[in-house]
Amino acid sequence: CFFFLLVYRLHGRYHEMAPNVVPMDYTKDPDVKLPMQLIINMPELKENPFRERIVESFSEDGEGSLSFNDFVDMFSVLSEMAPRELKAIYAFKIYDFNTDNFICKSDLEKTLNKLTREELTAEEITLVCEKVIEEADMDGDGKLGFADFENMISKAPDFLRYCFKKKI
Amino acid sequence: KDKEDDESKEEDSCSQQNRASRENNHQQKNSDGKKAEEEGSRRRERGKKAPTKDQKESENKEKKTNKKEKEGNDKQKTDRKNSTTSSNSSDEESLSEEELAMLMEQVEQKKKLISTMRNKPWRMMKKLSVLREAQAFVEKFEGALGKGKGKKLYAYKMMMAKKWVKFKRDFDNFKTQCIPWEMKIKEVESHFGSSVASYFIFLRWMYGVNLVLFGLIFGLVIIPEILMGMPYGSMPRKTVPRAEQATAMDFSVLWDFEGYIKYSALFYGYYNNQRTIGWLKYRLPMAYFTVGISVFGYSLMVVIRSMARNANESTADGDDDNFIFSWKMFTSWDYLIGNPETADNKFASITTSFKESIVDEQESNKDENIHLRRFLRVLANVLIICCLCGSGYLIYFVVKRSQTFSKMQNVGWYERNEVEIVMSLLGMFCPPLFETIAALENYHPRIGLKWQLGRIFALFLGNLYTFLLALMDDVNEKLAEEDVVKNITHWTLLSHHNSSMGNGSTATPPPLDPADVPRGPCWETTVGIEIVRLTVSDILVTYITILVGDFIRACFVRFMNYCWCWDLEAGFPSYAEFDISGNVLGLIFNQGMIWMGSFYAPGLVGINVLRLLTSMYFQCWAVMSSNVPHARVFKASKSNNFYMGLLLLILFLSLLPVAYTIMSLPPSFDCGPFSGKKRMYEVIQETIDLDFPLFVAKIFSYVANPGLIIPAILLMVLAIYYLNAVAEAYQRANAELKKKMQMQREEEKNKRNNKASTNPVLQDLEDLFTPSTKNESHLKQAEDKKIDSPNRTSPVAKTRQDKAAALGGSPMTGGRGRAFTLPPHMFVTRPPTPHVWAPYPGQPRPRGYPLGPVPGRGRGQPRY
Repeated sequence: CFFFLLVYRLHGRYHEMAPNVVPMDYTKDPDVKLPMQLIINMPELKENPFRERIVESFSEDGEGSLSFNDFVDMFSVLSEMAPRELKAIYAFKIYDFNTDNFICKSDLEKTLNKLTREELTAEEITLVCEKVIEEADMDGDGKLGFADFENMISKAPDFLRYCFKKKI
Repeated sequence: KDKEDDESKEEDSCSQQNRASRENNHQQKNSDGKKAEEEGSRRRERGKKAPTKDQKESENKEKKTNKKEKEGNDKQKTDRKNSTTSSNSSDEESLSEEELAMLMEQVEQKKKLISTMRNKPWRMMKKLSVLREAQAFVEKFEGALGKGKGKKLYAYKMMMAKKWVKFKRDFDNFKTQCIPWEMKIKEVESHFGSSVASYFIFLRWMYGVNLVLFGLIFGLVIIPEILMGMPYGSMPRKTVPRAEQATAMDFSVLWDFEGYIKYSALFYGYYNNQRTIGWLKYRLPMAYFTVGISVFGYSLMVVIRSMARNANESTADGDDDNFIFSWKMFTSWDYLIGNPETADNKFASITTSFKESIVDEQESNKDENIHLRRFLRVLANVLIICCLCGSGYLIYFVVKRSQTFSKMQNVGWYERNEVEIVMSLLGMFCPPLFETIAALENYHPRIGLKWQLGRIFALFLGNLYTFLLALMDDVNEKLAEEDVVKNITHWTLLSHHNSSMGNGSTATPPPLDPADVPRGPCWETTVGIEIVRLTVSDILVTYITILVGDFIRACFVRFMNYCWCWDLEAGFPSYAEFDISGNVLGLIFNQGMIWMGSFYAPGLVGINVLRLLTSMYFQCWAVMSSNVPHARVFKASKSNNFYMGLLLLILFLSLLPVAYTIMSLPPSFDCGPFSGKKRMYEVIQETIDLDFPLFVAKIFSYVANPGLIIPAILLMVLAIYYLNAVAEAYQRANAELKKKMQMQREEEKNKRNNKASTNPVLQDLEDLFTPSTKNESHLKQAEDKKIDSPNRTSPVAKTRQDKAAALGGSPMTGGRGRAFTLPPHMFVTRPPTPHVWAPYPGQPRPRGYPLGPVPGRGRGQPRY
């Protein structure tokens, strides 16, 4: 069966990152967590500028270490079959660097710096951040809440195409 | 293996849609299976599981029916133990109607929960536990519902439904696996982005279309001819002439598609004009004609249908220019990228695209030297038009020259292939020249790309059409020659007949050997050979260009970099980029040739199918091995329809010459399926007159009457006009609506801004409360998570918990905060969405206080 193989493969991936820590059988529900350093070196995440944020937002303790459940969670959200709303929720979490439930200017600046590898000048960054807030902020509070974010993302033609798709 | 099967069967039995949970279930089951090496231990484990399921059900039922109060986790456990027996016993009793209905409702609810669970942003642990509960509940009570009346039938129905679901899923998987080259294209896409992949998808689409054409032509024309037609050598048109027979098998001759290949079923001239062939009475000339027409009909239909589908998809995009920067910020990263080089290029392209937008933003108001730019653009266009005219003339000149060469004897290899060489050279060198000139214009890159595509297209088109005009000259010459040859042939046959008659009057004259009969030039086969040659040389040039320009260059750069003066990888030669526009245009142009030539050379489509097949593998390999991704990736989705439009144009243009030759040129007298007729289309009249009853011919003659055709065309024009007007009106309405929405958005924004500015006191209040709630939410988060999983199992329990929270001590501040801030929301008559307090609508991850506004409001309002 297809899904069975998928999970089997996922577990294989999880196992091979730390073969001596992760047991092969999960009958006893062992409390095993892998630190962030191991996860972000996966080939799928290695080149992603937001890899730390991705791992952090999927970890249960917020510190970045993932149990196998979190790991499966991450792949299920990042897979092609996950629905758009779910992706939007996790995307919001990822871009919300300081976890205050808003994407504010500092979050935007961090995002931009990660996306462009800090090649823009300070004025350009402020201009872009202002433009983003001007475009997407519907309630005029100077930062993006989830409603704003979802409203903006749901209209993006490329969101499903590019964002959050991953192979196992 | 057996165990795996077992697992999958087990998986079938649960009718879950949630993929993620399913995965996890599997995982656990899998590890179960691995651990338990004997069947017995597995049984034991399952036995252990069963009671817990029962417990959960009963617990669930309690919650649903609201019969028991839920105080805390500890107490519940004891409750559970007590209630297990009671609920089980109550199950055994017959249920009343109301209870049954209620149960039914609950089961439906649970089912819904199972199917929508995938959309819930819960942790995997929670999803799992909720899912298990719901499943157990459904499994148990579905059976109970069917009690009394046909339980077995119900169970059977359920089983069949599950099997059906499973079958559908398997079938879907199978279908995705059946898409050819899907993995190859995905691989290219993950390294090079979707724009390069779009070329390969286009190639695959083209391959599909060509396969259908191939099936049509081979199945209905070539194979019947080979099976049932007269064999080779039986008549003059199917025999190599005596003069050529000595060299007919030489490779150099075959390579030029002369000799035996020319007199084979691959070309028009081979076919006989016999009305019916074989024991099937297969009407080959008729079939040849209809297939030739239906090749065009099918292609037109397919292209237009896919264009319409693309247009539908692209109009669904909605408003484009509202969120330029936001979309760039949040959706520009391609999450498929897993390759450092691609990632580097993606970073670069994101940076440049940001810079472009910034420049656009800054320059939108500024007015720069418009005269200079205009002058440069006009200059560039003049230069490019000169180039196009020059290349057109060059081709015409070369074709003329080749006609004189063809009359001379013993010409060299270069003279024979001059036309092809010149055309390929032009195709190789003109596009980069255009690109250089286009740098003058300083267009936006997307517009620049379209201009570039248009210009290269015009170059190819010009080449194609000068080629065609030259061919037409050739054909006219051949037609003139034919009249002479016709007399000679007639005379030869007659004299042969006479001489044999003269020698012995009693014996029947021995038939003249078919190789000795003088032939007409057969212009149709000449055209076919010309086009086939062009196609083959195009294939070769493309492959050699890839091999030399990409692969050898990549090898050179890679290996000579160790011992070279400068950095080859970053400096001058570097690696090649995949030239999407050039490749797509090459494909389109090639397809135009195929359409045009397939009437005169039925085997051409077979060559093309081979070409597309090999180029799929070859180009995939070349891209993966020796190309680097683009620095600037242009959107594939938008320009796809542009490609299709070009394809449609080419299709239409290649239809014209074929239609012209069919309608107004006389076919050769001694070759091809239409020989002996005045025009090719007469084959239809002949069929109608001879094979159909009389009234059909009558109807046909009425329909073909210009008095009927002209009104029909008029009607069609009117219909087009009307539909166009309607579409325009819709478009206007659309634009109007868009404007209205924009205005509304602005208005709303302004209102909110005004509110924020006019009510500074309220703003202060909000500011005051934000930090406190924030802190509190952090504090609360930890303990909320603990209560989370049992808490969310049913809405009733949730609200109860919420109430308890509102009543309890610690959430008091939260409740008060809500109570303070609600009034401003009410003043401006805004919908009471607590955007500040509940940033995740519909996401039940509690932050400090309940999400549902009901309890907070309920408690807050009476105080005021």
